[in-house]
Amino acid sequence: MSVAPPHTLETTIGLEIHVELATASKMFCGCKVAFGGEPNTRTCPVCLGLPGSLPVVNERAIEYTTRIGVAFNCSIAKRSLFARKNYFYPDMPKNYQITQYELPLATQGHLTLDGESGAVSVGVTRVHLEEDTGGSLHVGGSGRIADSEYSLEDYNRAGTPLVEIVTEPDLHTAEQARLFVAELRAIVEALGVSDVRMEEGSLRVDANISVRRAGEVEHGAKVEVKNMNSIRSVGRALEHEEERQRKALEAGETLVQETRHFDEKTGTTSSLRTKEYAFDYRYFPEPDLVPFEAADEWVEALRASQPELPAERRVRWKQTYGLPPGDVAVLASSKATAAWFEAAALAYGGDAKKIVNWIIADLFGLLNEAGIDLTECKIAPAQLAGLVGLVDDGAISGKQAKEVLGHMFKTGDDAAEVVQDKGLEQESDTAVLDAVVEEVIAENPEAADKVRAGQLNTIGFLVGRVMRKTGGSANPKLVTELLRTKLAG
Amino acid sequence: MGIDRAAVDHVARLARLALDDDERDRMRAELDDILGHAGRIQALDLDGVEPTLHPLPLVNASRPDEITPSLSQSDALRSAPEAEDGRFRVPRIIEDA
Repeated sequence: MSVAPPHTLETTIGLEIHVELATASKMFCGCKVAFGGEPNTRTCPVCLGLPGSLPVVNERAIEYTTRIGVAFNCSIAKRSLFARKNYFYPDMPKNYQITQYELPLATQGHLTLDGESGAVSVGVTRVHLEEDTGGSLHVGGSGRIADSEYSLEDYNRAGTPLVEIVTEPDLHTAEQARLFVAELRAIVEALGVSDVRMEEGSLRVDANISVRRAGEVEHGAKVEVKNMNSIRSVGRALEHEEERQRKALEAGETLVQETRHFDEKTGTTSSLRTKEYAFDYRYFPEPDLVPFEAADEWVEALRASQPELPAERRVRWKQTYGLPPGDVAVLASSKATAAWFEAAALAYGGDAKKIVNWIIADLFGLLNEAGIDLTECKIAPAQLAGLVGLVDDGAISGKQAKEVLGHMFKTGDDAAEVVQDKGLEQESDTAVLDAVVEEVIAENPEAADKVRAGQLNTIGFLVGRVMRKTGGSANPKLVTELLRTKLAG
Repeated sequence: MGIDRAAVDHVARLARLALDDDERDRMRAELDDILGHAGRIQALDLDGVEPTLHPLPLVNASRPDEITPSLSQSDALRSAPEAEDGRFRVPRIIEDA
């Protein structure tokens, strides 16, 4: 067997992403959609699969799925149809899942990613609508399915509208895959159709990854990686899996098609060792549901009423505020952060870059320390604008402003209130400062003479003296001006 | 076209049906008839004929996204052979088909 040198190996990644829709009710019945809660308290004959019950399509779920399809530049099917996927597993009480097979709602889309190594166009094979499963609890043994004694089923989640988004194998690095998931999450969040919380399972990512020798026509053995519970995990898991496959190929080993489980703690993947057998789902058209026809006017109306998506927002911010791409990427990553920034920039009205710096350099630090996100922050966007305004006016120094921000963060008070309460206001009364400046000049005749002789860098020394005398409250800009005027040669 | 005993056994296993010998014979004959009928349709020239997605001439039957009352936990579990902690208790799931 020939052993390939590392540089001739290439990686191929495709993603299969599931998004739970944030509709009020389930996909085919009126049970409430929610996270958690007492088990089996949000079920009915339809989602329990009791005999004689019939599903009826939730029209909002169709709309939301179509909006996702439009956002990914898909063509929206004129006619689509639900299908039954037959399998026996107790998390689906009907012994089949209603999904879409031959005629999904949306197909042939694409998304352009701006990666570190340039733009990458990623094909989106299909966007289809199905129902989520219930949740299983495996009891006995190690708590994993393989050696448990029995399982307990909660069907609260069964029947929640679930959108599946499948990409073409157009991704070639773990970083691209991570970027795709981050962009997808931002898009779906902007559309307002899902909570997209990976930790709560409303966004779930599976990846197919294979490595082959460059130039080969056939893809390498496809490995499915599961259990990636955060966007960071997607990057970590795929980086590890890529490395594992590369090493195996370099060592002349043969890789097998399998499913591997990512372990968050160790950062490694391990084989699920399930018995290999070909699934035979025997898909057939769901006889209980009639086809869905998407009228052109309806699709166009949805298209026209799409909210601003992250890519459009990034372009607008670059144009409107002149922000560098790095800042834009950070601020546009979540809907809440984007809205917060925009509100602050609007309230401020000045150079938005200043607002951005306060958010990224200071506010994010405070949020991280407190372990909360922007939506829970006591400071309102306009209040940050107020703080930056005080610095602009010279009422407080930049250093003082950081202290003020810390207080605002705790109390939610306005910057001006904090400044007053803490007696932080800078001394900007010229009459008061004038007297102090005269004193300092009198006490430091040599330095004063140097400035008079044109050694302007000595002004800093004199400003420092004034600051010390006033306990740091003097407005340094004003002090400098006064010294310059008085010592003008 | 024709279906043998092995195919009947395969389909029965997928559907989790335990058939005795008589039933397997009967099923083989009935499935053979059904496939034979499908074979006659497949032999026709159907180019340009839209597939029938559904026998009813209806499309877009849907409901507004509104919450309706759910069953109580005890009602939901009423027909369960076994229940524990508010959940349906099911036998060990064997990852094998």
